[in-house]
Amino acid sequence: MDSNIHVQDMSFSGVLLKMTHIEKSFSGVRVLDDVSFDIRKGEVHVLAGENGAGKTTLIKIISGVHTDFKGKVLLKGHSVRFHSPSHASRHGISAIYQEMSLVDSMSVRDNIFLGRERSGFLGKMDFSRENEMCRSILERLGMDIDISKPLGFYPLSIKQMIEIAKALVYKSNIIIMDEPTSALNALEASRLFQIINDLRESGRGIVFISHRLEEIYRIADRISVLRDGKYIGTSPAEELPSNKLVKWMVGRELIEQFPQRKKGKEQRKETVLSAEKVSLVDPDKKQDFPAQSISFSVHAGEILGIAGLQGSGKSLLLNTLFGTNGKIDKGQIRLKGKEHTVTSPKKSIRQGIALLTNDRKYTGLISEMSVKKNMTLSSLPKFSKWGWIQKKKEKAAVSESFKSFSIKANSINQLVSTLSGGNQQKVVLAKWLETNPQVLLLDEPTIGVDVAAKHEIYKLMNKWSCEGLAQILITSELPELLALSDRIIVLHRGRITAEFDRKEATQEKILQSAMGE
Amino acid sequence: MIVRISPSSENILTGLRKLSRLPVVRAFAALCFVVILGIIFNADGAFFKWDTHRDMFRHISVFGILACGMTLVIITAGIDLSVGSILGLTAVLFSMFSIHLGWPPFFTIMVCLLAGLSCGLTSGFIIDRFKIQPFIATLAMMVFARGMAKWVSGGQKISTAVLQADGTYKYVEAPAIFNIINSKIFHENIAVVTLIFLGCILICWLILSKLRCGRHIYAVGGNEEAARLSGIPVTATKLLVYGASGFFCAIAGICQAAQEFQGDPEAGMTYELTAIAIVVIGGTNLMGGTGGIGLTLIGAMTIGYLEKILSINAVGEASRLMLTGTIIVGAVLFQKYRK
Repeated sequence: MDSNIHVQDMSFSGVLLKMTHIEKSFSGVRVLDDVSFDIRKGEVHVLAGENGAGKTTLIKIISGVHTDFKGKVLLKGHSVRFHSPSHASRHGISAIYQEMSLVDSMSVRDNIFLGRERSGFLGKMDFSRENEMCRSILERLGMDIDISKPLGFYPLSIKQMIEIAKALVYKSNIIIMDEPTSALNALEASRLFQIINDLRESGRGIVFISHRLEEIYRIADRISVLRDGKYIGTSPAEELPSNKLVKWMVGRELIEQFPQRKKGKEQRKETVLSAEKVSLVDPDKKQDFPAQSISFSVHAGEILGIAGLQGSGKSLLLNTLFGTNGKIDKGQIRLKGKEHTVTSPKKSIRQGIALLTNDRKYTGLISEMSVKKNMTLSSLPKFSKWGWIQKKKEKAAVSESFKSFSIKANSINQLVSTLSGGNQQKVVLAKWLETNPQVLLLDEPTIGVDVAAKHEIYKLMNKWSCEGLAQILITSELPELLALSDRIIVLHRGRITAEFDRKEATQEKILQSAMGE
Repeated sequence: MIVRISPSSENILTGLRKLSRLPVVRAFAALCFVVILGIIFNADGAFFKWDTHRDMFRHISVFGILACGMTLVIITAGIDLSVGSILGLTAVLFSMFSIHLGWPPFFTIMVCLLAGLSCGLTSGFIIDRFKIQPFIATLAMMVFARGMAKWVSGGQKISTAVLQADGTYKYVEAPAIFNIINSKIFHENIAVVTLIFLGCILICWLILSKLRCGRHIYAVGGNEEAARLSGIPVTATKLLVYGASGFFCAIAGICQAAQEFQGDPEAGMTYELTAIAIVVIGGTNLMGGTGGIGLTLIGAMTIGYLEKILSINAVGEASRLMLTGTIIVGAVLFQKYRK
């Protein structure tokens, strides 16, 4: 271990929670090995590490989800052992997980008070008091929403805020946030940081997990790093430059965050996909998008970036092109000059359009299936004859892309749900490449993916681009968008408000156009 | 003295532990448990006679055929409650066409299979087109098909006693097809219905593990939306499984009619529950996406042996039902244990 790792200052009196020599195994596999961690009053303690480093396991120990572990937990100096999440929350510890603990069919208010209902005599619910508390908390969070509506009505970003509101109701001293910004856009994220700042000032201790480096440095007081279940070190944020942090996380130095974007060859002038006056297909009809508003084209070997805030319709645009929600009412889509009538995903795939959705768990992977079966899911006709699957051919093709995507798994027959986020994402990408697409639509390709795997995905995208594959990219991480795209178009409420070349695009310009200015 | 486990035997241990997590191993263990019960309570050696085992297979065959279709449906995360009623309907149709109308067997069988298939396809269509939950849609089909069986038969059992124009009954000879299906072959060592059941298992095995549509079935059950976005024909897959379920019901209905020498419009009442129990005891998850037909075969044998052991030991019906219920829960718990 590095010699310059900071030994935690024991004399500091404001330690809310201290954990030492934590060990935890799942069915014989050690996922945490002699990990120590503490949270002080009024600080944001970032827990960093790649996927599978044990961050989530550690916070699940703090919040009482995992109860059988070795090691000591001291809460304000007293030894404690939580036997359930509610036990932990009674001691002032709240956790906001990636998978949220909310009930879509219940109202916002009922969600906030779930498990902590205010009731009076004989369990009679005290709604007026709940309403009042609810309003004051949401006001503090700067949210103006109808608390009697079912939560499912609201987008993911609001749900995330409701999780935070829940932690505030519990008057928690320690609030744990596991990648809270992954569902938020830049504006919402900055509001969240404002709230975190307030919480810090009111003396609460916050544990924050994020994969985004710029976010970590924006918010962190201290940073602790785990790697492969081992404790690597803790340091004040200002004393840990980002290259060193990445080295701690990955175990080696990544020379650059983004690989050099190689210019596609000059002859790549051929237009692969063009959209003319297309109306977005909105299944929920929640937003009023203008009709026939979108026209653009993407060339062979080009990576076209699409920027926009939540609700700008950028994800909807990709789904419209792919036919996720059925036919396009108006407008025309051309594939290599030929008109392409969008009807269903099945047809789009045959025509050479592939869509990597932004939620691999719900729309990308079949988690009970093996890596192999997931990888050939979209290209089964290629591997079958008269309806019989040609298993040898399938296995050969899968083994090849298993290697070229460098997927880390025991075998191609391993269940895909047991892989880490980055490897799962590579499986989905491999699935789409197996269909030999002409256009690859990428909706948040690096969501929930660790630093090293992100880097590999960037390199793959570069490689495909050199091979002449047209790609359309959506990502909520602006630096990623800027580094990868050859051209960027900006959407605002279902309309294209700006288009930038790679050279002229900056974060400020994009944000301005995204906000409709 | 310290006993050291050598690395190789450690590997064997972890290998065994891994093996014990496989559903097929667990299903097989549950079956072994029941068989051991049979060896202990062997009713003065009756359990050791082949006839006992043959009769067990014969008895479970009709349920097993229903469970074949049910397996396909359950893997797509659906359920088919109509199997018992479609069995009743096709049993009535088969008896009526072959005994009363004297149709040739091949033609009769085709018509019955078509009837079962169309019932299943109708359920599938309603489920897919109108997005109605399989539980509700097949519940409706269960009631409808039972009504149809009663309408077609006029509420009477269709037997070899044929009502004449003058109001008297005349007994006719049952067509040969009844005896063929009802016979035992290979020196009376195995029943024809059991062979039909094993044939159905084979068909399902081919579908599930060799054919492309089998992959589709698992994909739709595992994650329907992801399957759709991956270009899997979800509608066709659902029509296939419910259609296949109806088809297997018709096969079971024909076997049932042949075994009883009559078409009873009440036949197959509550059979859907036994079929579901067989699938679940085998270890196929009701949530869909996992499981297999081999598990269903083991599940059918587990239930078959259980009932056989209770009956050769002359356990009264009341205790038999209670014991069966208890053991079903036990078997499922055993499947889940240490998962």
